[in-house]
Amino acid sequence: MDKVLMEGNAAFGEGAVRAGCRFFFGYPITPQSELPHYLARRMPEVGGVYLQAESEVAAINMVYGAAAAGARVMTASSSPGISLMQEGISYIAGAELPAVIVNIMRGGPGLGNIAPSQSDYFQVVKGGGHGDYRLLVLAPSSVQEIIDLMAVAFELADKYRNPTMVVGDGVLGQMMEPVELGPMPDLVLPAKAWATTGTAGRNTRNIVNSLYIQPEELEKVNLRLQAKYSQMAKEEKRWEEYRLDDAALVLLAFGMVARIAKAAVDKLRAAGIPAGLIRPITLYPFPDIPVTQAAERAKAFLVVEMNAGQMVEDVRLALCGQRPVHFYGRTGGVLTSVAEVTGAAKEIWEVIE
Amino acid sequence: MAVSRRRTEGLTDKPFHYCPGCTHGIIHRLVAEALVELGVLGLAVGICPVGCAVFAYDYFNCDMIQAAHGRAPAVATGVKRVLPDRVVFTYQGDGDLAAIGTAEIIHAASRGENITVIFVNNAVFGMTGGQMAPTTLLGQKTTTTPFGRRVADAGFPLRVAEMLAAVEGPAYIARVAVSSPKNILRAKRAVRRAFEIQLQGLGFALVEVLSTCPTNWGLSPPEAMRWLEEKMIPVFPLGEFKVPEEEEQC
Repeated sequence: MDKVLMEGNAAFGEGAVRAGCRFFFGYPITPQSELPHYLARRMPEVGGVYLQAESEVAAINMVYGAAAAGARVMTASSSPGISLMQEGISYIAGAELPAVIVNIMRGGPGLGNIAPSQSDYFQVVKGGGHGDYRLLVLAPSSVQEIIDLMAVAFELADKYRNPTMVVGDGVLGQMMEPVELGPMPDLVLPAKAWATTGTAGRNTRNIVNSLYIQPEELEKVNLRLQAKYSQMAKEEKRWEEYRLDDAALVLLAFGMVARIAKAAVDKLRAAGIPAGLIRPITLYPFPDIPVTQAAERAKAFLVVEMNAGQMVEDVRLALCGQRPVHFYGRTGGVLTSVAEVTGAAKEIWEVIE
Repeated sequence: MAVSRRRTEGLTDKPFHYCPGCTHGIIHRLVAEALVELGVLGLAVGICPVGCAVFAYDYFNCDMIQAAHGRAPAVATGVKRVLPDRVVFTYQGDGDLAAIGTAEIIHAASRGENITVIFVNNAVFGMTGGQMAPTTLLGQKTTTTPFGRRVADAGFPLRVAEMLAAVEGPAYIARVAVSSPKNILRAKRAVRRAFEIQLQGLGFALVEVLSTCPTNWGLSPPEAMRWLEEKMIPVFPLGEFKVPEEEEQC
């Protein structure tokens, strides 16, 4: 199959188009700008709609409307813009609408900067908006994986009638890599009998809503949502293992950092340290299965993130104190390096030995 | 016993929850009748606001979406872009549309989104307990302007119809009142016109409807009707502020 060279941000757009998404609503923000640039040209080619909203707040509510109308729809933004979207994301989760949100995370808090970061892990995995809800969260680590996971994101959103977030950072968004696109898939999209498309041809009215004024009624809805999240947790955990079989020192990292951690594992192995890597592909549900399995052989874990330590809490939860869990991170948009991660791992290993 | 009047099929059988003397019920009926008369009830998708009309999805006998506070025009934009042949309307109050939702309404109007907006102005936040709205009159007492609205603290009442008529995008902007049989008939014509504009694909249409809130105004229903006519209409004059271009010429 022929490969083409593609930029990460464009791949989010092309992956969406190939997943049958024909509606994009967004508001400009760095470092995701190449994504709307790409779709502003691409959507008209495939008979889709590209619309630049007046704000992130408006964009996510346009997504809410388009999803209610039964379309495969997406938006994209970066950390501060995603913060602005949280009310709408909570409504989308509450009204059980399928939608895909791309989040090219940047340094924070506040205006922070536009450099690569993973400091919104808590926001995307633990909620962000108000209410007891969960997003499905996917974290690609290459341009090819962006294309592949965008298809998964739309499928999962429809399957669970739940918003799915796909996270990256400025490095992943702006790097170019060869990708295999293959022929344009011939999709049969799922029917959405619940969509508000007008009652013509139907005996019942469809209502898209997240308001349940009676507490007992809302609790029933919440219990149903929790059952759905449990099903996600059971069926949708995804991860990649690298040199994990005999690993005594297990690294965990997602997205771009996982590529750095993978190189660090090779360096550590070359130095005689039996290191391995677990790369979560779904951040929610968190893939605790390989973590608990690896704990049978591992002496210690090292979580590497571009933040002050967020996913590390989920690793500690998975292990319940069975093994020591260490953390190494850089913040403020500083990219960590193979040398730094290798150094941090060696220090831990020396103490173990 | 013979039935001489029936409720329009554009409304469900559910009794309104609105307070005695509130004119939301009349406005609901005008919107529902317009959809039925134009034969588009089955094509309609309505967006309800946050505010007293938050339960409008229980009343309009068509597909309905409940939107976040102020965001109905953005939600309507999403629906209409996906389903351009459906009839999409929002039903919003003055807190929803003229306070938190100003950005969404101005830009939906500016884009000329082919949607119909019913904007209910009763000069007060109703649902949350009678607080000042952007449309509260100068001197009007509310729970958050206990000494009357003063320019020095709270600025001026916002005239939404005039403001949106200054934007290039809209096709039709009108202000009506539901304070008398004559005004109600005029309001009906404007609401119907606003849907016809959408069906003709002419673009954004908004009808501002001056409405009563006896509960939060502290008036009886008949007093509230008089207050609307005597106090509100001088500040919010009735009329068509923008009509499609070909109509202007003839």
